[in-house]
Amino acid sequence: MSAPLIATRDLSVRLGGRVILEKVNVEITPGEIVTIVGPNGSGKSTFLRALIGAVSAASGRIERAPGLRIGYVPQKLAIDRSMPMTVRRFLGLPRRIGRTAADRVLEHAGAAGLGERQMTDLSGGQLQRVLLARALLEQPQLLLLDEATQGLDQPGAAAFYRRIEEVRQELGCAVVMVSHDLHVVMAASDRVICLNGHICCQGTPEIVADAPEYRALFGSGTKGALALYRHEHTHDHDHAHDHEDAHE
Amino acid sequence: MTLLDDFLMRAALAGLGVALAAAPLGCFVVWRRMAYFGEATAHAAILGVAFALGLGLAVLPAVLAAALIMALAVSAMTGRGFAMDTALGVMSHTALAAGLVAVTLLADVRLDLMAFLFGDILAVTRWDLATIWGGAVLVVALTAWRWPALLLSTLNPDLARAGGIDPRREELVLTLALAVVVAVAIKVVGVLLIAALLVIPPAAARPLAATPEGMAAGAAGLGAISALGGLWAALVFDTPTGPSIVCTAALLFALTSLAGGLLKRG
Repeated sequence: MSAPLIATRDLSVRLGGRVILEKVNVEITPGEIVTIVGPNGSGKSTFLRALIGAVSAASGRIERAPGLRIGYVPQKLAIDRSMPMTVRRFLGLPRRIGRTAADRVLEHAGAAGLGERQMTDLSGGQLQRVLLARALLEQPQLLLLDEATQGLDQPGAAAFYRRIEEVRQELGCAVVMVSHDLHVVMAASDRVICLNGHICCQGTPEIVADAPEYRALFGSGTKGALALYRHEHTHDHDHAHDHEDAHE
Repeated sequence: MTLLDDFLMRAALAGLGVALAAAPLGCFVVWRRMAYFGEATAHAAILGVAFALGLGLAVLPAVLAAALIMALAVSAMTGRGFAMDTALGVMSHTALAAGLVAVTLLADVRLDLMAFLFGDILAVTRWDLATIWGGAVLVVALTAWRWPALLLSTLNPDLARAGGIDPRREELVLTLALAVVVAVAIKVVGVLLIAALLVIPPAAARPLAATPEGMAAGAAGLGAISALGGLWAALVFDTPTGPSIVCTAALLFALTSLAGGLLKRG
């Protein structure tokens, strides 16, 4: 096994006096897809924000591979309507990029042709793909996605995850994502971490779905959903592609 | 230089300098919804004036210090979860009232308070002009240098962090620039109307702009037109200059809003 890209060692985080994360030990190795699941307020988003350095550790530490390139897709991006911002200009923040580079990365993320649009005019799905494009700009070794499919319908979410899978294959980057879409996400993952302030359990999707700690948090119903998704996935009708665009 | 001997020429140059300084910063004031923050900072300037006169200090550094302290105090309060508009309402008007009281108590000379409240652009000296343009160049250089980092921090602090930018540092840059703008604009429009000069030109430029840079440039242009147009109107109609400048800016805002609405429909 190769050296981890990023690793947390007994990472604890406090926000406003409340313990959000306690002694979390996670290692992310190159190329793997890791999903973090957990109930609301379990510290999933805080964990990702700690990885990018937006919140500091109360104790423990984070080890990053030297020169690690991280692409981050935030949970939401609320742009005030008072700020004019084209998609292409947004991609060029904080470092300006050329038109061809912008068009290439937009196409890569499934957002081709959106370059001249205003950010505030995008639909939820388009905005997600633009955020993904921006995260892919610097050829990240590690892609962090925080609830990236919020506001997408189920086929839209499934298409988005398929896109992530393709990106992983093309770039060879590791992916860490936080999600609520348990069944969709778990099926697409190499490893699932169940978080609730601390790590409850982790392993392959099947192992976690069977774990008593996981069932205590989510009930056993989701296991059926996992099986259902697997079933759908094995005979793919390709109905999900750009499904969300049909409603625009 | 005979050119600068003409008080009208000095007034025009002073107005242009302030319009230029206020444009890029005013955009951030609009994007970050800091209009009241700008007003509180401006009102604090009158406290600076009071202290300078009372203690026999130079007005400019005292105003700069008072504006900076107010801006930092309000920034600190934001971080602690105060209800922002209430906190700002308290701070802003307390600073103004206390400043007015202090000026009357400390300055026994019969001071032309109106000049500080509404500005006195026609009395701008060469030294004032040098200060205004020095401040304008400083603010424009500062915002141009930090521009991408400021934009990203304004859009989303977490994205800024992921890009290796410290949003709190960028916020400090804005705070500093705001204090400078207040200090140099006080002579031109006075403390009561500085916030108007920060907010109205960017708001007027918004419907015409597709990018942040376009909006900042538009704000500078419309600000300059407001300054010159206001000066002209003040001479023609014999009205106070500072308020005339703000009225001109408001007129431009109404025109671009109308034009923007028509463009969108068309």
